Amino acid sequence: MIKAILIFNNHGKPRLSKFYQRYSEDTQQQIIRETFHLVSKRDENVCNFLEGGLLIGGSDNKLIYRHYATLYFVFCVDSSESELGILDLIQVFVETLDKCFENVCELDLIFHVDKVHNILAEMVMGGMVLETNMNEIVTQIDAQNKLEKSEAGLAGAPARAVSAVKNMNLPEIPRNINIGDISIKVPNLPTFK
Amino acid sequence: MALKMVKGSIDRMFDKNLQDLVRGIRNHKEDEAKYISQCIDEIKQELKQDNIAVKSNAVCKLTYLQMLGYDISWAAFNIIEVMSASKFTFKRIGYLAASQCFHEGTDVIMLTTNQIRKDLSSPNQYDTGVALTGLSCFVTPDLARDLANDIMTLMSHTKPYIRKKAVLIMYKVFLKYPESLRPAFPRLKEKLEDPDPGVQSAAVNVICELARRNPKNYLSLAPLFFKLMTSSTNNWVLIKIIKLFGALTPLEPRLGKKLIEPLTNLIHSTSAMSLLYECVNTVIAVLISLSSGMPNHSASIQLCVQKLRILIEDSDQNLKYLGLLAMSKILKTHPKSVQSHKDLILQCLDDKDESIRLRALDLLYGMVSKKNLMEIVKKLMIHVDKAEGTTYRDELLTKIIDICSQSNYQYITNFEWYISILVELTRLEGTRHGHLIAAQMLDVAIRVKAIRKFAVSQMAMLLDNAHLIASNTQRNGICEVLYAAAWICGEFSEHLEEANQTLEAMLRPKVTTLPGHIQAVYVQNMVKLYASILQQKEQAGEKEAAQEITQLMIERLPQFVQSADLEVQERASCILQLIKYIQKLQIKEVPVAEEVIALFAGELNPVAPKAQKKVPVPEGLDLDAWINEPPSDSESEDEKPKTIFHDEEQRHSRHRQPEIDEEELARRREARKQEQANNPFYIKSSPSPQKRYQDTPGVEHIPVVQIDLSVPLKVPGMPMSDQYVKLEEERRHKQKLEKDKKKKKQKKEKRGKHHRHNSLHTESEEDITPAHHVDIITEEMPENALPSDEDDKDPNDPYKALDIDLDKPLADSEKLPVQRHRNAETLKSPDSEAPPVEKSKKPKKKEKKHREKERDKGKKKEKEKKVVEEKEEKKGEDLDFWLSTDPPPVSTTQPQSGPEVSAAVVAEPEEVKKEEREEQQEEDEGKKSSKHKKKKHKKEKEEKSKDKKKSKKKHHSEEEATESVQNGTLDDEPLPPMSSYRLLAENPYIKMTYDIQGNLQNDSQVTVSVIFENKSTSFLKSMELNVLDSLNTKMLRPEGSSVHDGIPVPFQLPPGISNEAQFVFTLQSIVMAQKLKGTLSFIVKNDEGSTHEKLDFKLHFSCASYLITTPCYSDAFAKLLESGDLHMSSIKVDGISISFQHLLAKICFHHHFSVVERVDSCASMYSRSIQGHHVCLLVKKGENSVSIDGKCSDSTLLSNLLDEMKETLSKC
Repeated sequence: MIKAILIFNNHGKPRLSKFYQRYSEDTQQQIIRETFHLVSKRDENVCNFLEGGLLIGGSDNKLIYRHYATLYFVFCVDSSESELGILDLIQVFVETLDKCFENVCELDLIFHVDKVHNILAEMVMGGMVLETNMNEIVTQIDAQNKLEKSEAGLAGAPARAVSAVKNMNLPEIPRNINIGDISIKVPNLPTFK
Repeated sequence: MALKMVKGSIDRMFDKNLQDLVRGIRNHKEDEAKYISQCIDEIKQELKQDNIAVKSNAVCKLTYLQMLGYDISWAAFNIIEVMSASKFTFKRIGYLAASQCFHEGTDVIMLTTNQIRKDLSSPNQYDTGVALTGLSCFVTPDLARDLANDIMTLMSHTKPYIRKKAVLIMYKVFLKYPESLRPAFPRLKEKLEDPDPGVQSAAVNVICELARRNPKNYLSLAPLFFKLMTSSTNNWVLIKIIKLFGALTPLEPRLGKKLIEPLTNLIHSTSAMSLLYECVNTVIAVLISLSSGMPNHSASIQLCVQKLRILIEDSDQNLKYLGLLAMSKILKTHPKSVQSHKDLILQCLDDKDESIRLRALDLLYGMVSKKNLMEIVKKLMIHVDKAEGTTYRDELLTKIIDICSQSNYQYITNFEWYISILVELTRLEGTRHGHLIAAQMLDVAIRVKAIRKFAVSQMAMLLDNAHLIASNTQRNGICEVLYAAAWICGEFSEHLEEANQTLEAMLRPKVTTLPGHIQAVYVQNMVKLYASILQQKEQAGEKEAAQEITQLMIERLPQFVQSADLEVQERASCILQLIKYIQKLQIKEVPVAEEVIALFAGELNPVAPKAQKKVPVPEGLDLDAWINEPPSDSESEDEKPKTIFHDEEQRHSRHRQPEIDEEELARRREARKQEQANNPFYIKSSPSPQKRYQDTPGVEHIPVVQIDLSVPLKVPGMPMSDQYVKLEEERRHKQKLEKDKKKKKQKKEKRGKHHRHNSLHTESEEDITPAHHVDIITEEMPENALPSDEDDKDPNDPYKALDIDLDKPLADSEKLPVQRHRNAETLKSPDSEAPPVEKSKKPKKKEKKHREKERDKGKKKEKEKKVVEEKEEKKGEDLDFWLSTDPPPVSTTQPQSGPEVSAAVVAEPEEVKKEEREEQQEEDEGKKSSKHKKKKHKKEKEEKSKDKKKSKKKHHSEEEATESVQNGTLDDEPLPPMSSYRLLAENPYIKMTYDIQGNLQNDSQVTVSVIFENKSTSFLKSMELNVLDSLNTKMLRPEGSSVHDGIPVPFQLPPGISNEAQFVFTLQSIVMAQKLKGTLSFIVKNDEGSTHEKLDFKLHFSCASYLITTPCYSDAFAKLLESGDLHMSSIKVDGISISFQHLLAKICFHHHFSVVERVDSCASMYSRSIQGHHVCLLVKKGENSVSIDGKCSDSTLLSNLLDEMKETLSKC
C-alpha cells in the first residue's frame, strides 16, 4: 500500500499532497515538513530509499523519492510495495505529467494542482496502484478533458476568454517565480515495463 | 430569468479561480495568512450562491488551501453539493475535495450514500470512475456496508476502466466491512483472469494485500497464482505475485519447492532489476522455509548471493541498498554464504550514504566470528568517533552491543576487551543508550565471574571520573552507566583494591545531581563498600581507620537524606541510622564487621527477565478466587497498589537479555555442560569436573591464560580497547606457536581431545582459545517454567477482522445488503406502489423475513453443512494434489511431468470453470445494476410495477447465485469452460442469450434471464418483448394488461452495451420440454433517424430448467431409492472421451444436479424439480461410454431429462 504521495519543491513548499490515511491538516503539514527535512539533506547520488520518518509510519514504512529539477516526488509505502517498482512508478508519473502538460515544469504543478490530482487518480487509487501504463493513463485523462470541454460548451467560452485575458494581463507572473521555469527533465531510465 | 443567468455567469468570470488564488498567494508573500483568510471569506460568499459553477470553483480553491494546511471541514456540506452536480466537471472537483478532507469523523458523510450510489450506476463511465476514486479515500464502515453490493456489481462492468477501479476499491470495502469479503471473494478471484490486464493486475493487487495480512486463508489460491506467474508478462503483476508467494511459502514448504525452478528461470531471464530483486527475495523466503528440507538448494543460495553481490557492487545506490537488504535475509539461515562477502559489506560501512551504512551494519551482526570480532568492532568504534548524526551513532552503539552480546557472548574471547569497549562507549555524548551499556556491564560482571576483578577496577575508575560522564547529566542518558558502575563496585567490593578511594568518590557532593534512581543505587552500594572496608580494617586490626571510615559516612550521608527523591531519602536515612549505631558499637570496641557484612551475604544471581511470568501456577491454586470477599466499592483501590508495584519492578529490572524460552535454555545449559566437560581449560568448582581435569594428563592442558593487567589502568582518560586487539594478536600468535610445537609432540595422540566445543566454527576459529575461561552463568528460571510464546499478536490489528476462511462456501445468510424492494406476491398495478422513500427502509425487514424462512429450513442447512465439510476436504486434497510433484497413485488422464505442467493442467481448467460459474453469478448481479439504470430512465414512465417484479426476481436470482457456487464448488476438479446461457436470437442489431432458472418459492414459476447485447453502432430503445403464450406456459404480465401486450425491457442500450432483463413465466406441467414463440420489437436510433425493428425467437424450456440444484446426503438418498415409488429408466452414450470429473461437472452445471457420492468412476446424483419431483441418477463411466440410470417420481419427466442429457453428453 502507498500511504502518502507528496510533491514539494527544493524549499519544502508543498505542490501536491495526497494522504491515503487520515491525518489532521496539522499533522499533514508536519509530515510534509519532516519528510522534506529528511529528504532534502540527502546528497544527489545516494540511494532513493529512506527508512520512514517518525510521523508517518513505523518500521514497516519506507520513503521512496526522486528528485527532478526543482521538485521532490516522495512516495511513502509499506513493505508490500516493491521499492524499485515504486521508483519506476514515480518515473511513469512524471513522464505522464510531462505528456499531459507538454514539458511539465513546477509552474504547471503550482497552478494546476487539481489536474495533477486527476492524473494521479488514474495511477493510484486509495493507496493501491491502479495503472502503470502511461498511454492508458493519458488516454483516460484526454477523454475526461474532452468531456469537460464538451460540458463547458458555449457557457464556458466567456470564462475561457476571461482567463485568457487574465493571463495576457499578467505577463509578469513568470518573472515573479524565480525557480519555476526549469522544466522537469525526465531522464531516460531503463524503464520498468 | 435568462438575464439573471447571464448576469450570474458574467459575475462568475470575475470571481477568483484557482489560478488567481495561487497567483495572489504568491504575490502576498509577506502577509500570506491575512490574504488567505480574506480569500476564505470570499469563498464563503461564493458558497452561498446558487450557481453550481461558482460553488465548484470555490470548492476547488478550498482543496488547494487544504494542501497548505487549512482545515476545510466546515465546507463539507458544500462539497457534497458540488459532488452531486450533474456535470462531470463539477462532480470531479467535488469528489476531489471530498477525498482530501472527508474521513470517518465527517458527520455529513452519510448524506453521500445515495449520491454515490447514483454516480456508481451512472451511464457515464467517468462519473462512476470519479465516484470510485473518491470513495476509495473516504469510505467508512457505513458506506462500505451500503455500497458493497453496488461496487460488487461494478466489478463485472463492461468497461475495464470501471472494472479495475471497482476491484481495487473492494479492498477498502473489505477493510471497513469485513463481512463483505466472503460474498465478494469468488468474483474477485475470477477477476484474476480478467481479459483486461489492468483489471487482472488490480485483482492481484487486492488479493496480495489481503493475503499479506492473513496468508493462510489464501493458500488455496496458490495454483492460480502459480499459473499467472508462469504466464503473465506484466512485471507489476509478477512482482506482486512473487511477493505474495514470499508470504505463502512459510506456511507450505512444498509450495516453495515448486517455486524454486520457475523463479530461478525468471532470475536468469529477466532484464528488469525490480523483478529480479523480488525473485531473489522470494527464493530466499523459500529457502528459509525449506531450511533443511532440500539437499540441492545450495545452488539456489549461491545464485541468490551471487546476484545480490552484483547488485551491491552496482554503482546505483538503490541497487546497493536493496542488495544489502536482501543479504540480511539470507544471513539468518545461511550465514556462511554471506560471510564470504565480508569484504564487500565492510566496504559498504564506509559508504557516504547513511541508509546503506545502516543496512551494512545489520549484516555485520552475522559476519562476526571469534576471529574477527575485535577487528570489526574496532572498525565500528572508528565509525562511532566519526559519526556526525546522533541517530547513526546510536545505531552504531546498539549494533556493537548486539554483535558482541549475541548468542550469549558466543564470539567474545576476551571479556577484558569487551569491558573496555563498553567503558570507551561511555565517552559518547548525547546518546540515548546509556541504559543499554549499563545493562551490558551488569550482565557481564554478574555472569562472567572471571572478569569481575577487572570489571570492578574499571567501574571504580568510572566512578572516580563520574564528573566527566555526568558533566551534562540531565540531558543525556549516558549517566545511566554510573548506575551499573556503582552497583558492580558495591556488590563485588571484595575485588576492589582501593575501596576507600571509591567510597570517597561515591560520597562526593556532585553525586546529588544525578537522577534519583542512580543516587539510590549509590547509597545502597556505599554500605556494601563500607561493610567490606570495615571488615578489612578490622581484620587488619586498624581500629582507627575503621572509625574514620564510619565517621566519613556519617558526615556525608546527610546530603542524601535531604534528597528530594523518596527512594534516596529513605535508604539514606535508614543507613545513616545503621551507621550511627555501628559507630556506637565501635566506640565500645565491639567488633561489628562480621555482622555488617552479613547484611549483604549471599550472591545475587541473574534472573531471566521473563522468569516471573514463567512460574507455573501450582495445581489447585486459583489465582482469581478471592481470599477474602472484598467490599464491593473498594475494587479500584485494590488495583492501585498492584500497578505501582509492577512499575517498580520494571524499573529495577536490570537485565535486558534477549528472551529465551525454557527449552532453548535447557538446550543451552546442556550444550554448555558438554562444552565445559570437554573444555580442558575449564576449572569448575564442583568436584567432578575438577577430577576430570586432574585426570587429564598432558602439557597442553595447562591454561594459557595471560591475564595481562599491565594495561595502563591508571590513565586518567579511559583504557584503550585497541591495546587489547594488539595483545590478542600477540596472544594468538603465541598460542599458535605453542600449538605448532604441541602438534609435533602430539602427532600420535588423539586429536579429538583437543577439539573445542563449538562445532559451528571453522577449524581456524577453533584454534582460538579464549583469554579468560569464562563461566557464563545462565539466568535463573523457575523450575517447571512454562515454555510459552510471549509474542502475543496485537489485538488491535485492523487486519485481523479480515482473517476469514474463504474456502467455505457461502451460507445463505452471507449476503451483501442490497437495496431491495418489496417482494410482491402478485404483480399489482402501478398505483399501489409504495413511495420510494420506504424502499430504503424495507430491506432490513426483508432480510429478517428471509432469515426466518431459512431457519425453517434448518434441515436443509444441515445437509449443506455436510456438503461443505466434504467440499473442504476436497479442497485440501486439491492443494495437496497440486503441490505433490509425484504423480498421484490413481492414474489420471494428464501426465504429471514437471511442476509447470501439472500446475497448468490442474489449475487452468479449474479456474476456467470457476470463471464460468462466477460469470453466471455475475450476470445475475448484472440484473441488479441494470435495475438501477432502469430506475433512472423510467422514472416518469410509470413502469414502477416492473421494478417490483424485478426485485422479486432479483431476490431469487441471488439465491440461485449462491447456490450455484455451492454446487459448483462441490467438486473441485478441473473443468472445461461452461456457460449456461444459450443463444436465443440474433440479428445485426441485437443478440439475445438466455438462461432459465426454476423458482424456489413458487412451484409453477420459472425465471428467464435474457441478456440483450447491442451489436450495432446505433442506440436501441423502446424494446418490448412479447411471447405467444401456450396453454401450459404463460408469461407473467402486469395486472390489467392483455395477453397480447408485450413487456417493455426496462432499459435502453447504447452501442456496444449489454444488459440483462428477467421475465417470469408460469407453467402448469413441467414434465415436458416446451417451446414458445416470441418477438422482440425495438427502435433503432442513429444519426439518420430511427427505425422500428423486430426480431423473432423461440424460447426453449428444457426439462432441466425446471430442476433446482439441491444438495442431498447419502442417507436420505438411499432412503429415497429404497422407497420404491420411483420410476426407472436408463440410457447409454458411447464415445465419451472427457474425464469423469468433467462429465459430472457438466451434468451438475447444465442439468442442475448435485453429486451425492462418488466412488471411482461411478457417481450418484440428485436433483429436485420446482414441483417437488425427486430425480436420482447413477452415472457409470465405462471405457468409452457412459451409462446413466435414472429414477424419478415422474416417468415422463425422467425420460425427457435423460434425452436431454444424452444430447449434452453426445456433444462431448
